Amino acid sequence: MRWALALAAAALLLGAGCGDDDDDGGDAGSGSGDTTRLVVSAASSMTEALEACAPEFEDAEDADVRLSFAGSDELAAQIRQGARVDVYAAANTSLPEELYGEDLLSEPVEFATNEFVLAVPADSEIESVEDVAQPGIKVVVGSESVPIGSYTRESLAKLPPGQEQAILGNVVSNEPDVKGIVGKLTQGAGDAGFVYVTDVNATGGDLKAIDLPDDLEPDVTYGAGVPTEAREPELGHEFLAGLTLGPCATALEEAGFGPSP
Amino acid sequence: MKRRPGRFAVLLTLCLAVTLTFLTLPIVAIFLDSSPAELIDSLGEEGALDALWLSLKTTAISITIILLVGTPAAYLLATRSFRGKAFVVTLVELPLVLPPAVAGIALLSAVGPSGILGGTVEAAGVELTFETAGVVVALTFVASPFYVRQAMAAFASVDGVMLDASRTLGASEARGFLRVMIPVALPGLVAGTALALGRALGEFGATLMFAGSFQGITQTVPLAIYDRFSTEFDAALALSAVLVAVSAAILLSVKLVHGSEVLGGAPR
Repeated sequence: MRWALALAAAALLLGAGCGDDDDDGGDAGSGSGDTTRLVVSAASSMTEALEACAPEFEDAEDADVRLSFAGSDELAAQIRQGARVDVYAAANTSLPEELYGEDLLSEPVEFATNEFVLAVPADSEIESVEDVAQPGIKVVVGSESVPIGSYTRESLAKLPPGQEQAILGNVVSNEPDVKGIVGKLTQGAGDAGFVYVTDVNATGGDLKAIDLPDDLEPDVTYGAGVPTEAREPELGHEFLAGLTLGPCATALEEAGFGPSP
Repeated sequence: MKRRPGRFAVLLTLCLAVTLTFLTLPIVAIFLDSSPAELIDSLGEEGALDALWLSLKTTAISITIILLVGTPAAYLLATRSFRGKAFVVTLVELPLVLPPAVAGIALLSAVGPSGILGGTVEAAGVELTFETAGVVVALTFVASPFYVRQAMAAFASVDGVMLDASRTLGASEARGFLRVMIPVALPGLVAGTALALGRALGEFGATLMFAGSFQGITQTVPLAIYDRFSTEFDAALALSAVLVAVSAAILLSVKLVHGSEVLGGAPR
């Protein structure tokens, strides 16, 4: 019995040791190799744009760019849980500001703007926000925890209360990110949703964007920074600079993003 | 004199220790990271109980469907041989190896609003997307192969002599199936049920993609956990602990029932 316990303890140590070895191995691999690895955590809405410009950055800096897309809030949570990333680019400015306030991120820079729109399938008869308040319309929105979800609630709160309630009452799903909303609309499951204009552009005509009245449109500004725990902070700042000037700035513009305010 | 354990025995023990540590550490961490008080608080939180109730309800419905339809189907596959049987079995098992995202896409393209059978489903007056029924469909799709596979193996291992004996005594096949096959294969059927239950309770991707996420309608516990992950990590942790506890309780009670059946029906 005693030897079994000893072995179990040894195995535990061994297991832990192996884990560490793996980590060290990873570090050594990226450190001693010719190319450095840059991990970029970016909001889902930038997927197409950043995928388009990353290769140019890789060639110019001789780096290997790892793009990781998800809801901005989720990426922020990962950084809070200790994920080592080199650039954090969010679909709002409040999340980067929060991380900055917690000493987890460099002072955020605003690098792009987006337009908050009503999205409907291309063949839809919906023409305005008023139509979305009609009974039976299936509305798909972002969950309250993601920027698109909070923009949506912020915008709807500016409508007359009856209309706001009607639209919120029509909500059939609170999706964890923009892709979920767009997917439900392109599949014909939902009738209308609130997303960014760049998401509508990315569907290549499957969805159409309906502009909202100016007073309903929230100010959608994207902010980014380099996490304090970044492995490659210098390269991270390079990438950050490239978001406002360079191939990535161009790619963002082509995807429909506006220049930084 | 004690015999020294052989090298092989040492290796076995070592591997078990590593396996056990790897599998239990993350689960133990969930409980170490949340206090019992937080657990109870999280259940009082709006939406958590809704999610738990919805998960239990949809899982129960889906398991009932799986048992009612899957058991006879598995029996047929286990007791008959026909041309193309291997192919049929493979088809039945296929969802086992599908990633949840693929399951979600597959369901959307089959019975989603613009899927190949979407019109038929709509004409029948059935709504699946954004409805609880859609969650049940997703759970049934991903969980049933776990049961059918296990049930097939259970039926196949029953000695044919027993069934023949019951037939010789004048019992119909249906009677033999109900009175002989099911009782004898029960441990295997219960094990399959436990697997399917676990899979259904934990289903995430297919539900989110196919049915969406709405409190009380389609937001099951895994979806509620994901929704809280970014902004309320503690609440997500507590809800995870509840799911682990509920799953463990279900698994355990299924095993206990199974155990007593085996004891009760053991060789006389």
